[in-house]
This record gives sequence, C-alpha cells and structure tokens, in this order.
Amino acid sequence: MNSNTMTVSVLFFARLRESLGTGELQLTVPSATTVDGLLTILTEKGGPWSQLKGGAPVMIAVNQTMTTTSTLLQDQDEVALFPPVTGG
Amino acid sequence: MVIIQTDDFDTTHEYALLRQTGPGTGAIVTFTGLVRDRGDCNDVEGLYLEHYPGMTERVIQGLIDQAAQRWSILDARVIHRVGALALSDQIVYVGICSAHRSDGFAACQFIMDALKTTAPFWKKEITREGGHWVEQKASDQQRTEHWLDQAPD
Repeated sequence: MNSNTMTVSVLFFARLRESLGTGELQLTVPSATTVDGLLTILTEKGGPWSQLKGGAPVMIAVNQTMTTTSTLLQDQDEVALFPPVTGG
Repeated sequence: MVIIQTDDFDTTHEYALLRQTGPGTGAIVTFTGLVRDRGDCNDVEGLYLEHYPGMTERVIQGLIDQAAQRWSILDARVIHRVGALALSDQIVYVGICSAHRSDGFAACQFIMDALKTTAPFWKKEITREGGHWVEQKASDQQRTEHWLDQAPD
C-alpha cells in the first residue's frame, strides 16, 4: 500500500453473500474513495456484482454503523453490504 | 444485557434474573417471539437466522439506551437466537423491569419494533422446496417510524 491507496474489508450478508459467492473481500482502493465509489468498483466486476447498484435495496454499514453512499472511507474501514434486515 | 446465541433460552431463568433488580421494580414486561409455520411461504418447516456479529450487539444495546432515555426503566435483557431453528422454537426475548407498567410496556414494544427493522439479522425460511430469504415488511418499517414520530424533541 502507498499513500495513494488504502485497504478496506467488505462484508456481505444473507442473500447478497449467497448470490455473490463470498462473505468477505479485502480491497485496495484509491484514497478518498466514498462508499459510492466502492460500489462502482465492485459493480465493474460484472455478473451478479451489478446488483449492488440499481438492483434491490442495499443497506450499508461502515465500522458497524449504518451510513449512506456519500460516506468517505478511511484506511482499514470495515464496510458491510446487506439486504434490509428481517430479525425478531 | 444483550445476548446472541444459537442455544435456546429459559424464560423462567430470565424472569428470575429480572426479579433481582431490586425493590424499585414494580413491573416486569416480557416478550417472547416464536418460529411460526407461515411467513412469506405457507409451508415453512424451519428458519435459518444469520447476523452480523458485533454490529448486532451494538445496535440492540443502542435501542436499550434509547428506551432508557425515553422511559423510566430499571433493567433490560434482550436475547436473540441465530442459526437453525425449528417450528415453535423461541427466537427472541425482551424483558424489561420498570417502576410502572406503562414504561415497561412501551420500552418492550419499542425495542422489539426497532430491533426488527434495524438489528442486522436475516431470516431464511426453510420449506420442502428449499430456502427463501424473508423480505422486510413495509408494516414493520411503519411500526418503527411510528415510534420516531412520537419521540420527544
């Protein structure tokens, strides 16, 4: 990693985890990437990844707190992407 | 107290713990949720519950803290099970100690309603045909928003 990039971990849960075929990715992305930018990077992988934008609603948590796509990511952030929750 | 576990829980034991809160407690309100045979699908044989360890506990503790700010409560215990569950199994428990019943009823209902729409759990209904991830209900979202509408400024 150099100063122009940062590493974030991305977690997927439930239907997203199953359809993407993975529960966790480590990604090196440009510094000052937003959640929206991260979603764009992931969407470019094609196939099932395209559902992360324009598909069913995707909830976003950064460091275990719900947030929105405009959030600026920091090095070592934990980003979680998941469908609307259905506990209880 | 927030507990996430795969094992079943004993409501008698939980009630006994709530009774130890002290003589200031005049009311104990408890709620227990069970696995029903009818959800998005009509022939549900069981459930599988996934969650986001760490965030789940943090979100539910936040709901208990919010409840304690809005109502006068003395203790709260929330247990939620994850993993494979069979029909009629217990899924979730909320127990509240308060001086007066109105605070206990309100806090218990608020925590349960808000848990359903904000705590990171996902239910998969298991049927003979396979698994089906449950969709969030608009009615559940409305129940949580109803509490926000009533929140004091």
